[in-house]
Amino acid sequence: MAQQGGHAAQHNRPHLELHVPEPKYRPGDTVDFSDMAVSIAGEQPRPDEACAAAETNPLCTDLIRVLGEDDMAHGPWNPRLSPDTLRAMLRDMALVRAFDNRMYRSQRQGKTSFYMKSTGEEAVSVAAAHALASDDMVFPSYRQQGILIARDYPLVEMINQIYSNRGDKLKGRQLPIMYSSRAYSFFSISGNLATQLPQAVGWAMASAIRHDSRIAASWVGEGSTAEGDFHSALTFAAVYNAPCIVNVVNNQWAISSFSGFAGAERTTFAARAIGYGIAGLRVDGNDPLAVYAAQDWAADRARSNNGPTLIEYFTYRAEGHSTSDDPSAYRSAHEREEWPLGDPITRLRDHLIALGEWSEQQHEQMDEAVDAEVKAAIKEAEKNGILGHGLHHPFHTMFEDVFEDLPWHLEEQSAQAIRERRIKWPE
Amino acid sequence: MAGIECDDEPVSLIEAQCRPMNMIEAINDALDIMLERDPDVIVLGEDVGFFGGVFRCTAGLQEKYGKTRVFDTPISECGIIGVAVGMGAYGLRPVPEIQFADYIYPGLDQLVSEAARLRYRSAAEFIAPMTVRAPFGGGIFGGQTHSQSPEALFTHVSGLKTIVPSTPHDAKGLLIAAIEDNDPCIFFEPKRIYNGPFDGYYDRPTRPWKDHKDAQVPEGYYTVPLGKARTVSSGSAMTILAYGTMVHVAEAVAREKGVDAEIIDLRTLVPLDIEAVEKSVEKTGKCLVVHEATRTSGFGAELVALVQERCFYHLEAPVERVTGFDTPYPHSLEWAYFPGPVRIGEAIDRLLEAS
Repeated sequence: MAQQGGHAAQHNRPHLELHVPEPKYRPGDTVDFSDMAVSIAGEQPRPDEACAAAETNPLCTDLIRVLGEDDMAHGPWNPRLSPDTLRAMLRDMALVRAFDNRMYRSQRQGKTSFYMKSTGEEAVSVAAAHALASDDMVFPSYRQQGILIARDYPLVEMINQIYSNRGDKLKGRQLPIMYSSRAYSFFSISGNLATQLPQAVGWAMASAIRHDSRIAASWVGEGSTAEGDFHSALTFAAVYNAPCIVNVVNNQWAISSFSGFAGAERTTFAARAIGYGIAGLRVDGNDPLAVYAAQDWAADRARSNNGPTLIEYFTYRAEGHSTSDDPSAYRSAHEREEWPLGDPITRLRDHLIALGEWSEQQHEQMDEAVDAEVKAAIKEAEKNGILGHGLHHPFHTMFEDVFEDLPWHLEEQSAQAIRERRIKWPE
Repeated sequence: MAGIECDDEPVSLIEAQCRPMNMIEAINDALDIMLERDPDVIVLGEDVGFFGGVFRCTAGLQEKYGKTRVFDTPISECGIIGVAVGMGAYGLRPVPEIQFADYIYPGLDQLVSEAARLRYRSAAEFIAPMTVRAPFGGGIFGGQTHSQSPEALFTHVSGLKTIVPSTPHDAKGLLIAAIEDNDPCIFFEPKRIYNGPFDGYYDRPTRPWKDHKDAQVPEGYYTVPLGKARTVSSGSAMTILAYGTMVHVAEAVAREKGVDAEIIDLRTLVPLDIEAVEKSVEKTGKCLVVHEATRTSGFGAELVALVQERCFYHLEAPVERVTGFDTPYPHSLEWAYFPGPVRIGEAIDRLLEAS
């Protein structure tokens, strides 16, 4: 009690209070988002891509929106995409959702250990990928399967990876969905959060050193912006004017921790850009046209040596963090229903219908077609095996690629593993 | 080339002109040669640009190769190593400097979870061919944040190579080999011996490198292969395994005591030259392991385990281990902490007494 006694002497000072953030709604609570500031579509100014970074400061606390309540595109951020492009984006998003649903089911059927859906967040990867060049290097987080799908990466390869089977190009070494494809300019996903951000900046710096024309774009969840890597990345990006885009997917939830634990009670995530003196945009992440327009603006800016951009995509994680998570244990199920920014697929569908370029019937046919595509890919991939059913890469591959060459100690350990296999599984 | 061991070097080196260099000059020369030979090589780090590094290892390089090949960075080890991983993924061959090994910890996640694992997790689609240079070790009154020897943290990580040179000749050849290597390398430079070899007697005048045989550094390009130890002196009474500064201290103590010790400078800890270790211990039957780093779970523990696993029936005495103490590196009591001639001498005596 010596401590208390010591402090009692300072009797005129108020007691200090620790603030521990608490989300507004917990399981069973009725959700009311009516106080959430949702801007009117089309009303946000669009500065020139070459503008001084500070000109974007007001946009860091605004919300860039293009699709209005009338399902039409409004204002200077309207990317004026052709109906064909809009339909391609819609189809990619629908394919992502169908893929997620089927792979979730595969995990529940025991065909793999783990899966992560991106339901409700399809636009932040698909629309952004459509705005980038196909050879711009992306450094994704774990929920951007939409980029691979938008870049026409074969579904079978994705499933091979998820099943860790003998067809898995990553040789069964990575947790499901931690894809990697150099050919598709898609950097190897890490399970350690935010590490991809300084790497993206470094890649962009290298591209600038080489007078290349390709830029880097990276994605991170709002929760992981608390990592030191995020701040290192933005410092380096600002210092070297690196040609890169840092996309913060603010889906409100980091597993069970709401965005308040990353600082959302104080300011927006886009506002971090102001402190670093780089361009920042805060965007309705469920508005595919706004996502496209923002990514396109930032890509143009980076490509013309006008520097990096931090974009916050305001969205909602409609499902659990992963197959290992049960969101009903910590948040209200009504949040998803009440989310004031809607669903990205529904909004783009309604926009195309409003344009007279799409119909309910076409949409249903598309949903059936993408589902059939996923089903066919699963069937194909299962020929290579599912997790734990023996059709994996050969044993010795476990020791390969630790180093370029196998050193003596790994050779010895490899021999041990092969000996153990003969004892454990004699045939 | 008189007095220089050229066993593991290209024959043409026999013809190479040598000149005396200290370790700093040798490292600078290696960087200079690699920047010249390979446009993918990039040098980055705190104060390495215009100023040329706090230890001068990068002096003159920015002027010679320009600001986009050799440049200063923010004070962010996480950022330095993180961007180096990205540069490697692009196709460059970055050589980041961490100003002191003691500062490397903010970059640990990028080294351990990223650089070291990238080849494996991407099935070799992406690699991290970087060489992280960092001055390390004590003996310069650096206090606890400028004296550490954290090599065991890195040897414990699968996918990293860890290198510690002990002479200007090896520093240059090993650094070139590390830069050319396609795996991430940790290159620890014992700063106590940057300017001269060290016999462990802090109160004696420092000897410069110029009169030392291993300060004769060949001009131009050559490599000292990774994973190959160097026999500093042949002997039959005992094997002393050491690296970095401790090679010189062990050598001085053995000489002073008139012990016919075989001193092996490991040079590379991972991959380790196990053949050289086995051959020597089988010959001498006794083994002393010396390092400056803290004792518990130090690399010496690995060496002792390997020696007893592989050479047990040749051993005539328990393997001895001399290390720093398990405390932070104390500033005022630096020389009480340092595993110097007394601690090494006692261990040698114990081995000599054992029959």
